Amino acid sequence: MKAIAACAVLGLAALLGATGATAQTSVLRIGLAEDPDILDPTLARTYVGRIVFASLCDKLFDIDDKLAIVPQLALSHETSADARTVTIKLRSGVKFHDGEPFDAEAAKFSLERHLGMQGSFRRAEISQIDKVEVVDGSTIRIQLKAPFAPLIAQLTDRAGMMVSPKAAKAAGDKFGLKPVCAGPYKFVERVAQDRIVVERFADYWDKGRVHIDRIVYQPIQDSTVRLANLKSGGLDLIERLLATDIGEVKKDAKLKLATGTELGYQGLTINLASGEKGNNPLAKNPKVRQAFDLTFDRDAINQVVFNGVNHPNNQWVSPSNPYYMAKFPTPKRDVARARALLKEAGVATPIALDFMVPNSPESRAVAEVMQSMAAEVGFDLKIRVTEFATSLNEAEKGNFHIYFLAWSGRTDPDGNIFSFASCGAPNNYAKYCDPKVDELLTRARTATTQAARKAAYEGAAAKILPEGGILYLYHRTLLFAHTNRLDGYRVMPDGLIRVTDLRLK
Amino acid sequence: MLRFLRGRLAQLVPTLFFVSVIIFLLQQLLPGDPALVMAGEERDPLVIEQIRKQYRLDRPLPVQYLYWVKGVLTGDLGESMRIKQPVADLILEKLPVTLQLASMAFVFALVIGIPAGIVSAVKKDTAWDWGANLFALWGLSTPNFWLGILLIFLFSVTLGWLPASGFVSPAEDLGRSIATTVMPAFVLGNAIAAVLMRHMRAAMLQAMNADYVRTARAKGMRERVVILRHALRNALTPVITLGALEFGTLLSGAVLTEQVFSIPGFGKLIVDAVFNRDYAVVQGVVLVTATTYMLLNLIADVAYVLVNPRLRG
Repeated sequence: MKAIAACAVLGLAALLGATGATAQTSVLRIGLAEDPDILDPTLARTYVGRIVFASLCDKLFDIDDKLAIVPQLALSHETSADARTVTIKLRSGVKFHDGEPFDAEAAKFSLERHLGMQGSFRRAEISQIDKVEVVDGSTIRIQLKAPFAPLIAQLTDRAGMMVSPKAAKAAGDKFGLKPVCAGPYKFVERVAQDRIVVERFADYWDKGRVHIDRIVYQPIQDSTVRLANLKSGGLDLIERLLATDIGEVKKDAKLKLATGTELGYQGLTINLASGEKGNNPLAKNPKVRQAFDLTFDRDAINQVVFNGVNHPNNQWVSPSNPYYMAKFPTPKRDVARARALLKEAGVATPIALDFMVPNSPESRAVAEVMQSMAAEVGFDLKIRVTEFATSLNEAEKGNFHIYFLAWSGRTDPDGNIFSFASCGAPNNYAKYCDPKVDELLTRARTATTQAARKAAYEGAAAKILPEGGILYLYHRTLLFAHTNRLDGYRVMPDGLIRVTDLRLK
Repeated sequence: MLRFLRGRLAQLVPTLFFVSVIIFLLQQLLPGDPALVMAGEERDPLVIEQIRKQYRLDRPLPVQYLYWVKGVLTGDLGESMRIKQPVADLILEKLPVTLQLASMAFVFALVIGIPAGIVSAVKKDTAWDWGANLFALWGLSTPNFWLGILLIFLFSVTLGWLPASGFVSPAEDLGRSIATTVMPAFVLGNAIAAVLMRHMRAAMLQAMNADYVRTARAKGMRERVVILRHALRNALTPVITLGALEFGTLLSGAVLTEQVFSIPGFGKLIVDAVFNRDYAVVQGVVLVTATTYMLLNLIADVAYVLVNPRLRG
């Protein structure tokens, strides 16, 4: 017993000694909602991983706060008249974290690694690339299999990240355990599920804009605890604040709220032709489908579940996106008309529908609000809360009538629709298939002007919105909170945290 | 003694074999396909196929199992699909964390539970007894995550004395290491203290009515000596057994508490691995935990034999 008491005293003494922390190096602590997966730009797939890459790995291009494409490791790009060749001029004097120079050979290596490495998640994003050629030390030429308008937008994300060829060749598929890129910060250490530490890269090409010595990314899954850490000074910046915690952040004089609209959306996947459950009234009878569309009050969902902070919408890009199609406004809820349509359709009500919802407090709440709205019209939504990994399997097998869906969004609108609405595409759980829509979506990929692309999307939307496999509900507001110490933070449209220009007071 | 040890160690082998088969089968019962989870949002069919091949998910179960066992026997627990780190490294990384948290929690449990049990037995039916029982009831019925969040609000947000979450290794900074683990250790220890208190109380009450205690009192010994030397010694045995088991449970990780305090221990490792269907990690952690548990049991049995010669066959 004495030994225990001694231990306790010792512990207490150590505890008191710990309060006087030293702080010569400035450290930014960022709280993430999940632990990232592997930190290899070719093999990574999580959103939180992309947040960490924003400090480690510069890309050929970046986006600005208006979603316009700006050069980063590239200086400029030029597309040939037939839109099959893209020539990219590269920035000179750039070094990787291991001191290796970034040049045309390195750019070619990185792109070919994304294209050819086993298990690459980037291959599909840039699969239109036929080959990459070195023109001179600081110029590459990309030959495309077919014109592909989203190419440069793809190069603003992981597919455009450049890795040190020397380090990548040496490490193989273990590169992600110690990534070597050309970003403003270099990798120091990672303790899985605890922290990822990066430190300022002295030879960064744009080092005048880097003001903080170290950044520590800490995964803290519980949003209440994440906020508690911010309030107690353990963190300086947190992502994915809950909408219901906005008030608490606003009334705290030491904290600031930062918001932006996500590139992605949430909605319902409607099973049109997948498995036995593809044979349901929503899929077979256009009037029932029309009634279903009129059933939901997106504003009310937003008010009830999200305190009104999200952006209700009926299409795959938000109203602030240049590709937003104003000629398809969000339909208002109309219970009388919806009931009349069901009557005309001659179906027996209530129509029972299996509604699969991945488990999270917010998705459950949305599902419950929708369930009560649907009941008024004559749809009986049977909510089936399902653990996420299981729901993927069920969706794959077509074991659902309706599946609650979240998409994190891509810079180019192609990334929000092509994989969901073209015949047989990987994310097309609904098994929607319309050759006319396929043609229009492909035209939107190959057209070179924004006007022509938008026209193609509008043509596709005229069919997809009333008949397609997804009922779009809203775009989430990206919610960040940070302490007053942090200066210069702006929310970018992709939600990733740019670490240049940040300062700690 | 040696023969006894050898026999017990030999028993471990078939037990571990069954454990490994059961983990393997249970995991396969989980709905969900690791390749689909790993494929992420893009769901590139080529990548899904490649993952199935690389991790042999396309092979029959017995084949997968044999590959895994072959690896384990050669000291290779496989690699995490999600972060491509060897499972053995992950376990070695988390083991000290869990060990530290478990030990500190256990100290809390002992320091609170044992004295409270003694006091409530000795002062039966007084305010002390009721107070201790109330405390035990509270300790048993308070959910860990809730108590954890309350402590964070009090000591981190309001008072600002302790970091709200995270973990610092004692090798790096002992003071901060204790500061980060004291709250989760208290939360865990508190619940166990309640169990220990109840058992301590029952065992003490029994001992206090025993003949040898009456004899001791009749000899005119001081009450203090009667309680601590005669009653407590005898009452402690069942409590030690229980304590060893509780410690074993602590070593297998404390999921909710680790989650609330963001402590990167076994509990968090295995839960995240289950949700990500990172099979190799789940298998590795369960195997190591099961082995630890069995070894702890073995140690307890050996201790009994040493204490009680009648058990030596």
